[in-house]
Amino acid sequence: MPLSRLVGARIKRREDPRLVRGLAHYVDDVRLPDTLHVAILRSPHAHARIRSIRVEEASKAPGVVSVVTGIDIRDSIGPVPVVAQNPTLRVPLHTVLAVDKVCYVGDGVAAVVAQDSYAAQDALDLIQVDYEPLPVVSDPEKALAPGSPVIHSEWPDNVAFRWTLKQGNLAKAFRDAYRIVKQHLVHQRLAPIAIEGRGVLARYLPGEKELTVWSSTQIPHLLKTQLSIMLRQPENLVRVIAPEVGGAFGSKLNVYAEEALVAYLSRTLNRPVKWIEERRENFQATIHGRGQVGDVEIAVKKDGTILGLQYRAIADIGAYHQLLTPGIPPLTGLMLSGAYKIPCISMEVTGVFTNKMSTDAYRGAGRPEATYVVERIIDRVAQELGIDPVKIRQKNFPQRRDFPFKTATGLIYDSGNYRAALSKALKLAGYEKLRKEQKRLRNQGRYLGIGLSTYVEISGMGPSAAMPAGGWESGTVRVEPTGKVTVLTGTSPHGQGQETSFAQIVADELGVDLDDITVVHGDTAVVTSGIGTFGSRATAVGGTAVLQAATKVKEKARKIAANILEANPVDLVFSGGKFAVKGVPKKGITIQQIALEAHLATNLPKRMEPGLSATSVFEPSNFTFPFGTHICVVEVDPKSGEVTVKKYIAVDDCGKVINPLLVDGQIQGGIAQGIGQALWEGVVYDENGQLLTGSLMDYALPKAKDLPRLELARTETPTPVNPLGAKGVGESGTIGSTPAVVNAVVDALAPFGVVHIDMPLMPEKIWRLCRSKDAADRRG
Amino acid sequence: MAATRRITININGVSTSHEVEPRLLLVHYIRDMVELTGTHVGCETSVCGACTVMLNGAAIKSCTVLAVQADGEEVLTIEGLAQGEQLHPLQEAFWECHGLQCGYCTPGMILSAYQLLLRLPRPTEEEIRHGIEGNLCRCTGYQHIVDAVQQAAGQMRARR
Ligand code: FES
Ligand code: FES
Repeated sequence: MPLSRLVGARIKRREDPRLVRGLAHYVDDVRLPDTLHVAILRSPHAHARIRSIRVEEASKAPGVVSVVTGIDIRDSIGPVPVVAQNPTLRVPLHTVLAVDKVCYVGDGVAAVVAQDSYAAQDALDLIQVDYEPLPVVSDPEKALAPGSPVIHSEWPDNVAFRWTLKQGNLAKAFRDAYRIVKQHLVHQRLAPIAIEGRGVLARYLPGEKELTVWSSTQIPHLLKTQLSIMLRQPENLVRVIAPEVGGAFGSKLNVYAEEALVAYLSRTLNRPVKWIEERRENFQATIHGRGQVGDVEIAVKKDGTILGLQYRAIADIGAYHQLLTPGIPPLTGLMLSGAYKIPCISMEVTGVFTNKMSTDAYRGAGRPEATYVVERIIDRVAQELGIDPVKIRQKNFPQRRDFPFKTATGLIYDSGNYRAALSKALKLAGYEKLRKEQKRLRNQGRYLGIGLSTYVEISGMGPSAAMPAGGWESGTVRVEPTGKVTVLTGTSPHGQGQETSFAQIVADELGVDLDDITVVHGDTAVVTSGIGTFGSRATAVGGTAVLQAATKVKEKARKIAANILEANPVDLVFSGGKFAVKGVPKKGITIQQIALEAHLATNLPKRMEPGLSATSVFEPSNFTFPFGTHICVVEVDPKSGEVTVKKYIAVDDCGKVINPLLVDGQIQGGIAQGIGQALWEGVVYDENGQLLTGSLMDYALPKAKDLPRLELARTETPTPVNPLGAKGVGESGTIGSTPAVVNAVVDALAPFGVVHIDMPLMPEKIWRLCRSKDAADRRG
Repeated sequence: MAATRRITININGVSTSHEVEPRLLLVHYIRDMVELTGTHVGCETSVCGACTVMLNGAAIKSCTVLAVQADGEEVLTIEGLAQGEQLHPLQEAFWECHGLQCGYCTPGMILSAYQLLLRLPRPTEEEIRHGIEGNLCRCTGYQHIVDAVQQAAGQMRARR
């Protein structure tokens, strides 16, 4: 049998017909009779004591059923959880609604439950809160300074945790260095902005005592466990359903106050209750990403060989921890070796409380920061030593024979061929020609910049030992009596297309038609166990579980077939979905016929259990490490500061590809977000903790006209970590792209003496830099 | 609550009539009264385009139009684009070209593209990128969407 029929093919998605027709069901499209609607009153202050809250008037407003405040519910709902741990971690009590003080703009203060959402919104205006404003600190560096306002009185220094990593003799590396290059870097806060915000619908059935929660989440199973703890509701009476989910990018890899609150309200009121987040709330009260500032120092030899790297950072935590908040900056530390041999590495990071929304996992989660640090500083070194940025990278790459490659940070890179990806990208870009063009244009006063990023990232998350809440994944394959195949996965896709790619895997393994397979996900009552979709893990971990389950089904089917055909199982061959005795292909029996036999159970081998289904839980032995080279070409107009991305080449290696169409989609979307960070995006709070980017009018999301046509290519280096050979691709585009863009702009501005600019590279910033140089020259 | 008013809107060729508050937004009329939930809400402020529908043949953002303003008018939503099981060329092309991931922006995106192709049957890439500027997609990076619109344009021309 050919190993693959469908795996590797550009198959269009099976989830699309319902989506392009508007017939899919996101949370707000799930309708239950008698549903009540919730609106949440949020703090306009970044830091204030709540003196009193008066809800009488709101309670009497038309259509209002109930109004609750923090005090009303604090004994009934446990705190919002954080599962990422760290020995120095300080965890402030994070109640579902604020009790005596608010700590960021958007902090929930009260909730109104009403017959419809308009009535609930109206009643918010009738709640009177008497706030006593407190001093605010929104800048994490200032929060560390003595005399800063204190956010949680238990910890007057505002430190949330400290985390360090130290490998090798850094002092010696720096002593021996020909040159030490330093750079201060800002990784600005970003808003994930899934176009569907968050949403929760809960239904409690008092007779059955059963709670069902529909939530726009990436992690239905983890949410089920956490909700049962928060609400003291037995876990076997909680069901979580992630229906269609309209994008997430890490923002729904969390357990939010509203999820518990809405479930609690349904249980109290014995009615279905729904809350749909508004975009304004999404900016204020859904996690942000990044939010790190740091100083990197690198020690190099004269020829550009890296001797050591040190990075000291401050991570802006926000007022509270969310689920994984303290787990993000350590991911930066682990990836500080980038795609290079760096014998000693150290990182010190201090997590700092500020009067802002929490930071947590946003596409890339800690790794974009690492890649940015490494790819920026290596360009700085190239510039200082007068080495071409390509050469310095090639010089420091581990070679093919070095894999599995152990980094100073303690990781083992599974497989890689960094040179091949780089060469391919250079060729596609026409690198040499571009450099000549750049020179030519500079002479005409035009500023072209060429930026590289040779990234490596960590994905396929597990293994469990390295994860805060399990790194395995489950898969079930069941052949129904009629021969249709049902696949259950513990991953929770929300745009990635696993209903298609997992069906491809199973179709190949069982030799059945793609159209006869249905992939089910996101319902904890149907899929018995799971972890979820994040960390570019679904295919590498979840896909493997599904493959292994299908293999188990096939092996059971072989035994049943052998029994029926009165042959030895080893004498059967499996081809085209049929078992037959070697040399007698005509007398074969199909997997569908075997499924029926398995269910009728009258003709099974002795002691075999009836039915044709199997479950597999895959525990990976390591992460996987996708890599690649991105090349960005920009033109900068020094008169306006405008950056135009002229060309973008991405060569990505995500291991074995199941469906190239989906991989291209992931890379393109990822790059758009990475370019967004480099050029336009940024969550801005002022010094009073007011959110200045609270709407899509103020937060610049990339639009179609802002982006260039991306030229994509691949190399394929399978991972030995799983039998599919797949590494993961959800975050590569984002991780690889940001430094390529910034490097390109800095390269363009080299004639102006620019060696670094902090993101986002807004025209005004660039214009100022160019102007100050012009002025200096004139004074010169 | 303000006095309600009876309005009649033809949606996808079907006449609908409800008592509504004057402040009710068209998107909520479509989603909550008529129960057509393919039209989405992504920002409530006329920026994201997820709520795009056609009102009398022009693409509008239904989050910033009152239902009463559409009284007596004709609305086309994503549910009305296919002919029975037969997808519209734009829907086919979005499917073929992988022009969607989470699908949340898709109904609005398709209707904006629909209006674009009515005006410009042979759009350049540049024109497409400008034409869908009022619709945000966070998943795709737009490239496959642009491809889909181009492909659909060809199909629609061939049909004429
Ligand atoms: S919801 Fe109408 S434009 Fe965003
Ligand atoms: S497909 Fe998700 S926002 Fe466009």
